[in-house]
Amino acid sequence: MNAQTTTFVEIGSLGDIPIRGSRRVELNGERIAIFRSAADEVFALKDECPHKKGPLSEGIVHDGCVTCPMHNWVISLETGEAQGADEGRVLRYPVKIKGNMVLLGVTPEGA
Amino acid sequence: MTEKLVIVGNGMAPGRMLEHLLEADPNAYDITIFNAEPRVNYNRLMLSPVLSGEKSYEDIITHDDDWYADHGITLHKGQMITAIDRAAKTVTSAGGITVSYDKLVIATGSSPFIIPIEGKDLDGVLVYRDLDDVEAMLAAAKAGGRAVVIGGGLLGLEAAAGLKEQGMDVTVLHLMPTLMERQLDEASGYLLEKAFADRSIEVLTKANTKRILESEGKVAGVELEDRTVIEASIVVMAVGIRPSTQLAQQSGLDVGRGILVSDDMRTSNKDIFALGECVEHRGQCYGLVAPLYDMAKVIAQNLLGGTSAYKGSVTATKLKVTGIDLYSAGDFAEGEGREEIVLRDATSGIYKRLVLQDNRIIGAVLYGETTDGPWFFDLLKKGEDISEMRDTLIFGQAYQGGMPLDPSAAVAALPDDSEICGCNGVCKSTITSAITSKGLSSLEEVQAHTKASASCGSCTGLVEQLMAATLGDAYNPAAVTPVCGCTDLGHDDVRRLIVAKELKTIPEVMQELEWKTSCGCAKCRPALNYYLVCEWPEEYADDYQSRFINERVHANIQKDGTYSVVPRMWGGMTSSAELRAIADVIDKYEIPSVKCTGGQRIDMLGVKKEDLPDVWDDLGKAGFVSGHAYAKGLRTVKTCVGTDWCRFGTQDSTGFGIRLEKFMWGSWTPAKLKLAVSGCPRNCSEATCKDIGVVCVDSGYEIHFGGAAGLHIQGTEVLGTVATEDEALEHIVALTQMYREQGRYLERIYKWAKRIGYDEVRRVIMEDTDRRRAYFDRFVASQKVAQVDPWSERVSGKDKHEFNPMKVVKLEAAE
Ligand code: SRM
Ligand SMILES: Cc1cc2nc3c(=O)[nH]c(=O)nc-3n(C[C@H](O)[C@H](O)[C@H](O)COP(=O)(O)OP(=O)(O)OC[C@H]3O[C@@H](n4cnc5c(N)ncnc54)[C@H](O)[C@@H]3O)c2cc1C
Ligand code: SF4
Ligand code: FES
Repeated sequence: MNAQTTTFVEIGSLGDIPIRGSRRVELNGERIAIFRSAADEVFALKDECPHKKGPLSEGIVHDGCVTCPMHNWVISLETGEAQGADEGRVLRYPVKIKGNMVLLGVTPEGA
Repeated sequence: MTEKLVIVGNGMAPGRMLEHLLEADPNAYDITIFNAEPRVNYNRLMLSPVLSGEKSYEDIITHDDDWYADHGITLHKGQMITAIDRAAKTVTSAGGITVSYDKLVIATGSSPFIIPIEGKDLDGVLVYRDLDDVEAMLAAAKAGGRAVVIGGGLLGLEAAAGLKEQGMDVTVLHLMPTLMERQLDEASGYLLEKAFADRSIEVLTKANTKRILESEGKVAGVELEDRTVIEASIVVMAVGIRPSTQLAQQSGLDVGRGILVSDDMRTSNKDIFALGECVEHRGQCYGLVAPLYDMAKVIAQNLLGGTSAYKGSVTATKLKVTGIDLYSAGDFAEGEGREEIVLRDATSGIYKRLVLQDNRIIGAVLYGETTDGPWFFDLLKKGEDISEMRDTLIFGQAYQGGMPLDPSAAVAALPDDSEICGCNGVCKSTITSAITSKGLSSLEEVQAHTKASASCGSCTGLVEQLMAATLGDAYNPAAVTPVCGCTDLGHDDVRRLIVAKELKTIPEVMQELEWKTSCGCAKCRPALNYYLVCEWPEEYADDYQSRFINERVHANIQKDGTYSVVPRMWGGMTSSAELRAIADVIDKYEIPSVKCTGGQRIDMLGVKKEDLPDVWDDLGKAGFVSGHAYAKGLRTVKTCVGTDWCRFGTQDSTGFGIRLEKFMWGSWTPAKLKLAVSGCPRNCSEATCKDIGVVCVDSGYEIHFGGAAGLHIQGTEVLGTVATEDEALEHIVALTQMYREQGRYLERIYKWAKRIGYDEVRRVIMEDTDRRRAYFDRFVASQKVAQVDPWSERVSGKDKHEFNPMKVVKLEAAE
């Protein structure tokens, strides 16, 4: 296949996401968690914990990770991978920031 | 014939380019420069010292008139180029001068961004870019008054410091929660804000300017989005810059955010180069001078027929405000595979953080002590492997050899009169002087001689650290369990230090107590948030991002991601109107399950998050408030029917339970707090397994505490018996406050009581009237701000964003 070209859609401005917090976006019915770190980076993960599908968008964001609100698994925002002894991985979506706008890629990474 | 080189713009970037060019070949070109500013080339970076009065314009000139004359360069001052004719290869200025070129360099820099708000064109609204702006600010400062600077980035802060130096009152408005958020992390942003506060420069963060107010055609003040009005005689806008691309765009060159250039610094036209802040290279626009100097070198070589390439730059920033040392470089965001080394010295206000990846420095933030900035930056740029010196790296170049970290530094630095033991009112110097004068060497001796840590024991950790600091290696304290991996301090130490040092925000605690991570973790952040809410109820702004989801959205999350809603039913009593309202809500929002809880009230389970505000709105209209079934706070007060109906009832257990619940709801506690009042010893409301229980008897009220019936089953202990309901209320509230102030986060009352001793609790609450009253008063004071129904707050719009998706996207199928 040719090089991947992902479509990006505007989902709002950076200020719409609380710092060290997250928001949810619905993409064709799929729930995606959008995170903003203390350093203003934005990450997008499928809003489903690899453990028991807890909504990651409701977790506490810290040190490049989010702690799932259900049973405290810690998921890396950058790789989607569960940290520590837990094993599992969440789908990641590409994100771009243009000026103040946040753009979400509609195809998950590696898909 | 010599080729003609024309330069548009005479800023710092082309100035540097000319130096390289002339050095390599002084006769290669016949050079003409047009500059919109009516002056020679000066060092723009040094405008801030001119504004603050530390330097004059003459001091900052880089190339004076003689220099242009000596090099045979024609400089047209105050002549703005308005057109480029690429076909004819000429440029034309506003003043009508047309000159032809063989090679053209565009260096138009950038211009300040003006926020498009009402009042932006008023007399007295200034920007900060060139000498004219500095002169306008200096003229305005002479008249005195208040300057409002919009923008807490590098430029805004330098302007603010300069205007303060010139005698004005200054307020800085910054949209983001911390200053210079692009260059600094939260911790150093906090230190910077403190440094500005120390200079009496007011800083308002999260301040969104709505409009500029006018009086007689001039600036009179600024109004914020939240309606705050700040009077001002001048407003300086320093919110950012825009590359000046208009000329290039009109001339048909390719333009993105800046003028697009390739690695050889040519625009889309091979005879036209561009450099400086006006360009965009590999998607990047720069606002600092170092990258521009790299570009200048490349263009100079390519103008002489070279094939040099510019590959982009990493940048470092330093704030030029005398007395504030701050340095930041590279990328200091958190991320996978990245590690950080943090050094904090609370005494001297130093914060240093290095971000490493694959044993290489990729980012650095230094505050308070920046001498090693260039060294770190150098290691960063060279991508040097630092594994060999990793342990000592953060101490800087001079310390490559090692220096031990002193964990008790924060305690050692406390002033002599700061209170260490709250129970017995013992201050630091009493303890240290007893240690030295009486030759004390064990904790027991210190307890015996000073009474410090002899009561509730929550200051034990601090006393031990004081002993360590006083006795040095001779003392080896028992290990405390740290709050989490982010600190060596235990919960009690952190709490005491929050009080002793009057720490009032999470970043402040992390800095002053030398946290080892930049923004904590899911364990310490909620704990710190609680300690601050409890200690400074009226001042501290609750940090919602440091709360677990249930407390953030005021409902309990369920296994499928829906929520449960439990309204308060005071003392377990309800009415037909309430039940009807609940029934209507259940139908209207199609709530799948309704259950009577073990806490004598009704739980609606399976509510969709989006529906929560509407559900609350409907419940609120029927008089319900949140039941805090999710909170580390007061949950339920169970009651029995008591004298109202029961043939055995001795007191009004229902009425008292309701009174307690109405008095105490809304309060945050270390862990959940459940109460019950039974009308007689038959104890139908199960008061003897609650956190605090009351068993009514003929002679009055028997107060119980420290029961548990969850993970651990334990009957209560009796606190004591009092005669009247008023006394019972005072004792229960005082007990709760004592627990709030001493309990560790997530420690239920039974664990706390066991830790400090049931007798100690009895002694304080039952026997020490003054302390009981003081606890009671502090609880009452904090309730003033705590009893706001979170549901109605959300219904009226607070944190709206929590409940709605940020965006709902529906895409057409691609094929
Ligand atoms: C709804 C309810 C069960 C019921 O259907 O009756 C309930 C439901 C939950 N309890 Fe409970 N507890 C309920 C009464 C109790 C009681 C009985 C009581 O309060 O009289 C106890 C034993 C008394 C006690 O607390 O000591 C009780 C001991 C626990 C514990 C163990 C606490 C402990 O420290 O030992 C937990 C777990 C925890 O808090 O970590 C817990 C945790 C929970 C959580 C919050 C679990 C969770 O984290 O999701 C459940 C939330 C369900 C929800 O969304 O509403 N629940 N829970 C009761 C709500 C009472 C209310 O009106 O607010
Ligand atoms: C107060 C202040 C403090 C700063 N501090 C620092 C610092 O500490 N560290 C740091 O790295 N950077 C700092 N900077 C940024 C730094 O000064 C700039 O990055 C640098 O000056 C940009 O150089 P330049 O040549 O691209 O543009 P400029 O220096 O802006 O020069 C552009 C020139 O072109 C002229 N011009 C524009 N359009 C035309 C036209 N059509 N015809 C003719 N002339 C035109 C303009 O009048 C201007 O004189 C600071 C900037 C300011 C304002
Ligand atoms: S506690 Fe006593 S008074 Fe109350 S209902 Fe039970 S038996 Fe009756
Ligand atoms: S569902 Fe996320 S930790 Fe269990």
